[in-house]
Amino acid sequence: MDLFEYQGKQLFARHGMAVPQGEVAETPEQAKAAAEKIGGTVVVKAQVQVGGRGKAGGIKIATTPDEAYAEAEAILGMDIKGHTVKRLWVEAASDIKKEYYASVTFDRSAKKPLVMLSAMGGMDIEAVAVDHPEALARLHVDPFTGFQPHHGRWLVYHAGIDEAAQKGVLQALMQAYAAFIDLEATLIEINPLIWTADGRVVALDAKVSIDNNALYRHPDLADLQESVTDDPQERMAQERGVTYVKLDGDVGIMGNGAGIVMSSLDVVALAGGKPANFLDAGGGSDAEAVATALEVLLSDPKVKSLLINIFGGITRCDQVAEGLLAALDTLGATLPIVVRLDGTAAEEGRAIIADRAPANVVVEPTMLSAAKRAVELAKEAA
Amino acid sequence: MSILVDENTKLVVQGVTGREGRFHTLRNRAYGTNVVAGVTPGKAGQDVEGIPVFNTVRDAVEATGANTSMIFVPPRFAPDAIYESLDAGIGLTITITEGIPVHEMMRIYTHLQRSDQQLLGPNCPGAISPGKATVGIMPTDVFTPGRVGIISRSGTLTYQISKEIGDMGIGQSTVVGIGGDPIVGSSFIDILQKFEEDPDTDLVVIVGEIGGDEEEKAGQYIAATMKTPVVGYIAGFQAPAGKQMGHAGAIITGSSGTAQGKKDALEGLGVQVGISPTEVAEIVRDRLG
Repeated sequence: MDLFEYQGKQLFARHGMAVPQGEVAETPEQAKAAAEKIGGTVVVKAQVQVGGRGKAGGIKIATTPDEAYAEAEAILGMDIKGHTVKRLWVEAASDIKKEYYASVTFDRSAKKPLVMLSAMGGMDIEAVAVDHPEALARLHVDPFTGFQPHHGRWLVYHAGIDEAAQKGVLQALMQAYAAFIDLEATLIEINPLIWTADGRVVALDAKVSIDNNALYRHPDLADLQESVTDDPQERMAQERGVTYVKLDGDVGIMGNGAGIVMSSLDVVALAGGKPANFLDAGGGSDAEAVATALEVLLSDPKVKSLLINIFGGITRCDQVAEGLLAALDTLGATLPIVVRLDGTAAEEGRAIIADRAPANVVVEPTMLSAAKRAVELAKEAA
Repeated sequence: MSILVDENTKLVVQGVTGREGRFHTLRNRAYGTNVVAGVTPGKAGQDVEGIPVFNTVRDAVEATGANTSMIFVPPRFAPDAIYESLDAGIGLTITITEGIPVHEMMRIYTHLQRSDQQLLGPNCPGAISPGKATVGIMPTDVFTPGRVGIISRSGTLTYQISKEIGDMGIGQSTVVGIGGDPIVGSSFIDILQKFEEDPDTDLVVIVGEIGGDEEEKAGQYIAATMKTPVVGYIAGFQAPAGKQMGHAGAIITGSSGTAQGKKDALEGLGVQVGISPTEVAEIVRDRLG
């Protein structure tokens, strides 16, 4: 689960990290009130979970509350790379002397936490990593010993942090690592971590991702979860707990398990078709899961044919067939549906479809033939 | 021969009295696996259709000599169950449970590196040596005894590839699901090493997917070490590019992680890669002659 900047900063503050004073605003009036409360110059920042906000005009400085009102009016509703701005974070402007980069992330390759620090923060840290790898100090941490002050000192010295800022940066790293552990985060990124004219070290941005599998023991974080998509099918899928991603083709695809669904997308493309989506109904798909998945797929008007590709393991193919029939009964879909069933109870499943399914449902014996058929039928319907 | 599971497997099942645990335990036994014990705290003295239940893994090992464990307990109790299995000296722990927090897995993985015990999974379908033993949730009738080894990150794709190969009359020595989570106990390399040492495996198929860099690492290992031929499959060429939060991920992974990146990396190291399950089966058939 990815958090918004303001949520990340609020969590940072709870871990003792210095962040600028700020307020959330969802209307220009609220932005103006926030600016009045904070006093002085403020920064009005679009809250979207995508990079490049500044370049897109989503971050503006306001010297008066009226300016904050005007900037908020301009930014709210703005589309930044497909994300509509619904919320702002209004915070006290900072007097920046230097911009650093700091992050704690789960390094999937090393299977350990990785702490990174650079004196060349701000824009384009990825370019810094490529062009000046020596400017980005990296250190893996043993999850049993944790992040000790000597780790922090090593990073601070090797990243070339200005001497007068070293103590503050070290403290920020310790706090960031503590937050990473406490929140069961997979990413804590602060870019920039600033050194201010009056000598403080402050987190000026916050990118925080939390491990979804750990949310059960962080109810306060689970409450922060909200839908960030505007797409009707993606919203519907999220509400019903189905793993769904929309694509731009016309062959709707569902399967049981991420691997076989990804593979189905590839095989549809190899057969000359265009996948409309990725939909994983789950490893233990029962009749109800299948019905829910179908409802999501059939609500997309772009879909011209459906490919249902099931290889039963835990999933029973007879239950999939029952779920399909039940869903078609209620939804009354007439578009062509190609079904491929293999594995656990596949023969029973095929028999159920042969006996009772409407004429628009056809069964194919293999994944390849099913994909080809679904592509042909989508082309005929187009 | 075969690897990991065979007629010498003595299986203890943690979470044997749960619905899923019981169902798959009995299926494993019906296939021929020697299931010697189950563990559910507080249920010692009971039995599951003749399989004795113990309170702890240690009790089960002492009473039955179990050498392999299968874990079916819910995610919030699974880390404890894995440590319990390791502490009881079980050589191979197979974790079916899906949804274990990644911070737990970082600690478990670090702990594992300090021993010579092996963990398969979590979030894996288990392992089967056709005709000998199966431990896990795989639909057994897909597999036939033979001389091809299969290692896969995805459950359903394991079945798909095995079936396509099987349809050509080619059987498997052992099929291993290593699991799809960001951290799993055994990598492609760990299992490739075992297949390389197995005189009854003539060819290995690695079934990968987008994300991480384990396929790329496996390619390096294959090129440097393996004499047994290896064929690859990668799923996810059409998968939407995942939204990357922040820059840290991009800094550490570079271009690895995409299906095309993995295919290019493997082929650059001399590992032939099929782009559909059918093509993989055809390559396997041609390579075996």
